[in-house]
Amino acid sequence: MSTHPDTWQRPPFISNPVLRWGVYIGAIVYVVWTLAALPIDWQRVAEGLVRAQRIFGGAFPPSFERSGLLIDGFLESLKIAILATAGGVLLSIPIAFMAARNIAPLPVFYLGRAMIIVARSFHPVIVAIIFVKAVGFGPFAGVLTLIVYSIGFVAKMLAERIEEIDFGQVEAMRAAGAPYFSTLFYAIFPQIMPRQVGLTIYQLDSNLRASAVVGIVGAGGIGATLANAFGRYDYDFALAITMVIVAAILLSEAFSGWIRKKI
Amino acid sequence: MLKITDLVKRYGGGDPVLKDLSLEIPGESVVSIIGSSGAGKSTLLRCINKLVEPTSGSIVLNGTELTRLRGRQLREARRKIGMVFQSFNLVDRLTVMENVQSGRLGYISTWAAIMRRYPREDVRRAYELMERVGIAHYANKRADELSGGERQRVGVVRALMQKPEILLADEPTASLDPKTSEQIMGLLRDLSRELRLPVLINIHNVHEAREYTDRIVGMRYGRIIFDDLPAALDEEAMERIYSGSPAADRAGDMRQAS
Repeated sequence: MSTHPDTWQRPPFISNPVLRWGVYIGAIVYVVWTLAALPIDWQRVAEGLVRAQRIFGGAFPPSFERSGLLIDGFLESLKIAILATAGGVLLSIPIAFMAARNIAPLPVFYLGRAMIIVARSFHPVIVAIIFVKAVGFGPFAGVLTLIVYSIGFVAKMLAERIEEIDFGQVEAMRAAGAPYFSTLFYAIFPQIMPRQVGLTIYQLDSNLRASAVVGIVGAGGIGATLANAFGRYDYDFALAITMVIVAAILLSEAFSGWIRKKI
Repeated sequence: MLKITDLVKRYGGGDPVLKDLSLEIPGESVVSIIGSSGAGKSTLLRCINKLVEPTSGSIVLNGTELTRLRGRQLREARRKIGMVFQSFNLVDRLTVMENVQSGRLGYISTWAAIMRRYPREDVRRAYELMERVGIAHYANKRADELSGGERQRVGVVRALMQKPEILLADEPTASLDPKTSEQIMGLLRDLSRELRLPVLINIHNVHEAREYTDRIVGMRYGRIIFDDLPAALDEEAMERIYSGSPAADRAGDMRQAS
């Protein structure tokens, strides 16, 4: 019995030692080379710090003088977020069903996945720039942007949930001769409903945050108010806006966390 | 009456799972299919309601040829074939009543199904059947609140709601404890008598097959090698059905290798 070894090591992730050390050394060399080759002009960094100090100096104390403008901007952001979440989630459901491999035929599956990939491939700011060009400045561009953004996330997560369902329930409906949509409503929706509600609440929270960002490029909401304040060197008003955004995000995060725990 | 002739099912290019299998289930009788895992019992059952597409052969239920049906015609044929599953396949988040009514989905419109507007006679029939199997007081409970035996009763009622012409049961007792398992087998036998319904049961438990069914079909490697009354299932027949099963073969290989 004593012929058995008494030491054991976990097999390495890459079994070939030459390849393994090659990968490690290659990664280190690349990081060092990148840092060395970055064009960082320390002279300009130093000048910038002074400028930053001036901006922050001008921002204190924050000014709530034009709070009417602030509240209007914030309410507009909220409307954008709610509309975009409703529209985005409604569109996400059929797209998610199209993009679920276990229930969609292959061509439909590829179409669904393609829609999700397109919706995910651009940052909301880039989408916002396109929509601002297409439909003009204002909240409508913001709503369209965030609908695309919502589809990218909600449809993808929902499709993954649909792929994980217990297929036996679908099989039972099929065996009873149920038509396609009745099967969806009885065997699949009840299984994905909790995830669906959770995703919707998360997305509302996320859209509120994103609506502040896309506003900066002209898609309405509090982001537009913030961009204007910066443009006019009203740094104290800009700080007030930023504080309100942070407070709103903290609140919505706490609220959505609380609801998601309840379901 | 169910008549299966020369049924073949082949997955991909490999050896067929069912090889020219023929079987007749006349009138109202409880027939069990026994055989080791991989013998093709489950595939046979699923070919009947086309959850699995047969490769060739013919399956005729009361004069309707099932193998060539598609779309609406297939759904109409499936309504007449009830199925009970090993893992129950209930919709956990719906109530028992909704689960039971899901057996009627082939008969009612999608809109009525979504709005839960079930026809009065369906609701009455559901209560009657639930009463019969002893789960009527659970109508408003969520399916996942029930115990295994109760869940399988819901599964049985769901299948009976279809007013089936035949009932298929795919290892209906394999997830249940021995006592509950006997209750479910007894229930299937009694319901078969009361509703004059042929029942075809895949089962691993040979004792229950002998006790509760009128006829035993033994399968091995996709063929029927035994088909007789339970009394005729002797040691020699058991040996033919179960020896040399894939698991036993592998055990033999291990012995040779070591």
